[in-house]
Amino acid sequence: MVMTGGEAAETMLKPKDYKSDTKPVWCPGCGDFSVLAAITRALSALSIAPENVAVVSGIGCSSRIPAYLDTYGFHGVHGRALPLATGLKIARPDLCVLVASGDGDGFSIGGNHFLQACRRNVDVTYIVMDNQVYGMTKGQASPTTEPDWDHSKLTPHGTRINPFYPLVLALASGANFIARASSSDPNGAAKVISEAIEHPGFSFVQVLSPCVTFRPEQREWKKIVRPAPIEATTDPAAAARRLMTDDNFYLGVLYKGSREPFEPEIPARLATERELEEEFCV
Amino acid sequence: MSAVNMLEWPGFLAYSLQIENDAVERYTMFAEQMDVTNNPEVAELFREMARLEGIHAREIEAQIGSQALPDGASWEFEWPHGDAPESVDFSDTHYLMTPYQALTLVLEAEQRAVAFFETVERDSSDEKVRELAAEFAGEERGHVELVRRWRDRYPPPEDDWDHDPDPPNQLE
Repeated sequence: MVMTGGEAAETMLKPKDYKSDTKPVWCPGCGDFSVLAAITRALSALSIAPENVAVVSGIGCSSRIPAYLDTYGFHGVHGRALPLATGLKIARPDLCVLVASGDGDGFSIGGNHFLQACRRNVDVTYIVMDNQVYGMTKGQASPTTEPDWDHSKLTPHGTRINPFYPLVLALASGANFIARASSSDPNGAAKVISEAIEHPGFSFVQVLSPCVTFRPEQREWKKIVRPAPIEATTDPAAAARRLMTDDNFYLGVLYKGSREPFEPEIPARLATERELEEEFCV
Repeated sequence: MSAVNMLEWPGFLAYSLQIENDAVERYTMFAEQMDVTNNPEVAELFREMARLEGIHAREIEAQIGSQALPDGASWEFEWPHGDAPESVDFSDTHYLMTPYQALTLVLEAEQRAVAFFETVERDSSDEKVRELAAEFAGEERGHVELVRRWRDRYPPPEDDWDHDPDPPNQLE
């Protein structure tokens, strides 16, 4: 498609058009700023109208993101973003539903929901900003923290337990699209997120997003991350083999499955406010 | 969509506009960061940078006029360092940063822009692109000098510039 500068300005929504007027309260240097920019760039490139997007989140620094977007949003309870988003997508399959989470919210409190969402394969895009720490509650080890990280008073000798490998679990649980991006490359992250949105079924994107306050050494991640040496595969066995050599810093799409998304038919029903109150009354 | 070619017309115009628009977005976000963390002097400085880059963007839009531009997503642009040259890395800001440090980041961004346009001027086989790239490189060299003089008005940071008696990572 080719358009003139004037036409483009008139017809296309720019990334900034997806941002709200609320100023983010993340720490300067936080990777989540880049993820916010990546999401707005992806939505702009896909030309999805803001009113057709819903961003659902749980609790944590990263889960503040719905407030910073001028789309529909739901800042849910801890770990429960995926059930909320699943229900929303089932009820409103016309919406583009994004779910934002962090490694604590998504893999610990919401860990089981993650597995079941992968199994269920509802067409939502799950973006987890992984900084390997609970930032909002002042720096405790999370499920993806290295076992020898001993900077928290709660784990003065490290957790000494194996970290969680989100891509491995997503693949084993049936996610239909699995990728890793880095906040140090907002354009690369935008590309991966746009592919995730376009791919049918449950799409999982882990974004390495440094916490510069409690894990300042993560500023060095930008020097370590690099594109994965091979293309995305449609074969889960090949994806599993590739994960055997993954050092958690390879970027790009790992797996694109072809499983049919779960799209139950919900009988159309117009309910009055009173009927709804009666149905959900406890 | 195919990648936009920076060495051809009108791909070069698209690249030039993207550089400025990305810089506006980035500096605006940085200004908001500094507003939120109560660093008003640096917030105002980043806001001024966003305003100046916005003026450059509108100048390029005026040059584009009714010319057709390739419609590329942000990732269709192949930047030498992964990000647009005038965009400061997200992880380079700090809530206690001084104007001198902020302007050092800006200076480095302007220097990357000079290098970018000089590369296009050298490598393009399109006379029109080379001429405009040379003009833009000259403008960016002017910005480098301007920012350097601007930065000279501020003292370099003290050794303990990031000392915070009540730091956000203080465990309770």
